[in-house]
Amino acid sequence: MDAATRVESLLAEAFAGDEVSVVDRTGGGDHFQVTVVSPRFEGLSLVEQHRLVYDALAEPLADGTIHELRISTKGAM
Amino acid sequence: MKDRIKEIIESADVALFMKGTPQFVMCGNSQRALDALRRAGAPVTAVDILPDPQIRQELSALSGWPTIPQVFVRGELIGGADIVEELEQNGELERTLREKLGDERTAEERVVAVA
Repeated sequence: MDAATRVESLLAEAFAGDEVSVVDRTGGGDHFQVTVVSPRFEGLSLVEQHRLVYDALAEPLADGTIHELRISTKGAM
Repeated sequence: MKDRIKEIIESADVALFMKGTPQFVMCGNSQRALDALRRAGAPVTAVDILPDPQIRQELSALSGWPTIPQVFVRGELIGGADIVEELEQNGELERTLREKLGDERTAEERVVAVA
């Protein structure tokens, strides 16, 4: 499984049923732009929203798979 | 070192933990955060985390935030580059700065060392 697929499947698992997308920004498999649209973000601050994404990706963040991460989160009704 | 990091977070009006310094930025995301803060007229106290890997470890342990940069206003974590950029674009960053620091703030930048 390549890194982007791993990141995407971790997010899909953590945000089941929500809209998740992962873009490998450089093609190098370690700089990602992730976008998550989830009703779970409603009422949360951006810091809290991004923390949920970081929690889902704790493993690839800790083991160095993700060198750089850009996060975009949106609430959904 | 932990106490020194805490002291900076709590005492600086706006603390930016970054890779490099405002004069010599070593990472695109640190640059994005710095640019957004500058546009909002923030009085940035910059801390370079690169000189010692322990700085980043201690900082992330304190903030619970895994990536660099990290921006704090009066001790409160505002976010990383993506959040600071978004808040600057929708005007909330300036509003937060005005609320917390008042209108009298000066957009001076300084660099402080942890170690």
